[in-house]
Amino acid sequence: MSSPKSAYSIPTKKGKLDTHIFVVWVDNESGVLARVVGLFSGRGYNIESLAVAEVDATKNISRITIVTTGTPQVIDQIKLQLKKLVPVHKVADFKREDKKVIFKEMALFKIVAQKKKIEKCLKECKKFNPVILDKTSKSIVVQITALRREIDKMSKKLKPYGLTSTSRTGAIAMTRGAETFK
Amino acid sequence: MSKLYTGAEIVFKCLEDQEVEYIFGYPGGAVLPIYDELKNHSSIKHILVRHEQGAGHAAEGYARSSGKPGVVLVTSGPGATNVVTALTDAYMDSVPLVCISGQVPTHLIGTDAFQECDTTGITRPCTKHNWLVKDIKELPKVIHEAFKVAKTGRPGPVLIDIPKDIQFAKTNYTKLKKEKKLNGKIHNKFSDNEINELIDLILKAKKPVVYTGGGVINSGPQASETLKEFVRLIGFPITSTLQGLGAFPGDDNQFIGMLGMHGTYEANNAMHDCDLLINIGARFDDRITGKIDEFSPKSKKVHIDIDPSSINKIIKVDLAIVGDVNEVVKSAIKKINKKQNGLKDSNKQRISKWWEQIQKWRTKDSLGFINSDKDIKPQHAVKRLYELTKNQDTFITTEVGQHQMWAAQHYKFNKPNRWMTSGGLGTMGYGLPAAVGVQIAHPDKLVIDIAGEASVLMTMQEMSTAVQYNLPIKIFILNNQYMGMVRQWQELLHEKNYSESYTEALPDFVKLAEAYGCKGIKANNPNELDDKIKEMIDYNGPVIFDCHVDPNENCFPMIPSGKPHNQMILGPNDKEENKISGKGKTLV
Repeated sequence: MSSPKSAYSIPTKKGKLDTHIFVVWVDNESGVLARVVGLFSGRGYNIESLAVAEVDATKNISRITIVTTGTPQVIDQIKLQLKKLVPVHKVADFKREDKKVIFKEMALFKIVAQKKKIEKCLKECKKFNPVILDKTSKSIVVQITALRREIDKMSKKLKPYGLTSTSRTGAIAMTRGAETFK
Repeated sequence: MSKLYTGAEIVFKCLEDQEVEYIFGYPGGAVLPIYDELKNHSSIKHILVRHEQGAGHAAEGYARSSGKPGVVLVTSGPGATNVVTALTDAYMDSVPLVCISGQVPTHLIGTDAFQECDTTGITRPCTKHNWLVKDIKELPKVIHEAFKVAKTGRPGPVLIDIPKDIQFAKTNYTKLKKEKKLNGKIHNKFSDNEINELIDLILKAKKPVVYTGGGVINSGPQASETLKEFVRLIGFPITSTLQGLGAFPGDDNQFIGMLGMHGTYEANNAMHDCDLLINIGARFDDRITGKIDEFSPKSKKVHIDIDPSSINKIIKVDLAIVGDVNEVVKSAIKKINKKQNGLKDSNKQRISKWWEQIQKWRTKDSLGFINSDKDIKPQHAVKRLYELTKNQDTFITTEVGQHQMWAAQHYKFNKPNRWMTSGGLGTMGYGLPAAVGVQIAHPDKLVIDIAGEASVLMTMQEMSTAVQYNLPIKIFILNNQYMGMVRQWQELLHEKNYSESYTEALPDFVKLAEAYGCKGIKANNPNELDDKIKEMIDYNGPVIFDCHVDPNENCFPMIPSGKPHNQMILGPNDKEENKISGKGKTLV
């Protein structure tokens, strides 16, 4: 027999993987992040990046943004499982390709190099709203905001110019236009 | 200013407001203030178990047989970790439990204090929700919320961790306001269109089957009545999962037996060949579906479930109706009655060929076995037990293994809440403490744990609980000296290498019974079986019945690993034709 067989389902055909961004509004209480993350690890879902902070201090609401990959069936399960958690208020789910949604990540680069190279660096960063946060005669800390792929590309590109340290956030997301997600 | 109450008093005030009658628990340092308060609340009775796992399973038995949530009280550290198995069991089988655990005082949390553990951390994946109460003012709200979460939607276990200083701290208490806004996790908003679609499918089906599960039981006794009406109205064959047995009468002609790995030939073939599959309150568990790719390949599938995350989790369905089983089925009946007069007759005609086919499958008598007049066959023992108890309202619990499957196959349940078994988690040692809980809920009823000798030894100490509270539970052990299901799989899949599945030093169960202060009965011979079973039933007190059965008997029919529903092993005679393939073994 060619394929292994079992009483359990075995993923014979692996479905196409999509990248999705989940935005989850939760009560800002202790353990809530552990519940969300534990759900992902416990059920074998993947987390590519994670960003979380309180967004409404009076209502005590935090907003968790999770980038994940999975088959359509898995993505559906993630959404439904998240909605079952008691401290979760609502869950939004966007495809990465969705044009109606803005995704952004932030990165900090530390470049240690001569002035000339630093200037070249800044030039490369120009497209991504660079902000110089710190500057000495032989180093610079620069902040950019961009998409994940762009930051990936930039950190590769800046390596030869003296990039010594990278720090980056998870993605955050917001819909375009006047509408808000209900 | 209103009166101030301690945390311990608040716990009991809340339990009284929730109309809790029984707590299953075990005291310890971090819950002493709560235990100290127990004496002031006569409406709540505490059942002292012998191990916290027993408390959890007893509460499960209580909850499953009564429909009320089970309440468990344990101490910090080992008390909490011991109850984890029972919480997980309740989570898998959707049993409402409220577990209250003590915790070290708040200022000691995180210091590796004596009997400290991260209880909420450990129980997070095995509860619907849990709370660590660090502020006394939160306590009343949290306890009431806990009951609500446990009972509503798809039921399940919850845990409240209360540090010792919170149990001493004081606050005021306002009575629970009934009918508060629900927490938004309940889904009962199915539409008319969905019901119409369901009825359209029903009217078109030529080979339909209804497949029901534990959700019908959890929806309440009324749901079983509604289901009966529905199934009789449409005239379809009905099969049930392990957990759903009793929702539809087991001796009814429309009932074609349990389905799945050890289900009947007719049920599994009906699942495979049907053109309409109506799943009511079941979750397409892997023991039911067999090989996913070849699961019911020709059918339109309908799934009625209260938990939206159950829909399309394993099997893609054509019509999903999210809602309470009773409500959904009731509105379907209403619509059918309104629209389709004479549906019963037209349905009957359309599916008459299908019924003929099912009758053909039935003639295979897949639950048949070769009886013996020398050895007691385990199936025979269960059949006799059924015949001798069917005229009274009997509650059956089981452990996990071959005996569990034989009980499910040969004991016929006619009412819901009479069958308590660990299906999802498959917890050996569940049945005895569960029987304790069932007997607490139904003091005058006959409660029998159909057990295996290996399983029952895992929680045997709870016999002591049964004796303490005069609970006349009957432990009916099908003793084959093997972990039977392990042995069966080793025989079929591992070249009869019976690695560690034989128990060499079993206790003398009759003497063990006597040591606990209950009655021991032993049966070796089929001729004496009936009399001894009667002796067990007639004895007013707990009994351990050591029924020595044929140790080589296997549980058939069986869907072997890697096979779809229509390729079952039927019994000893059929075994040779259906050898399990080499690669199948590794993945079972």
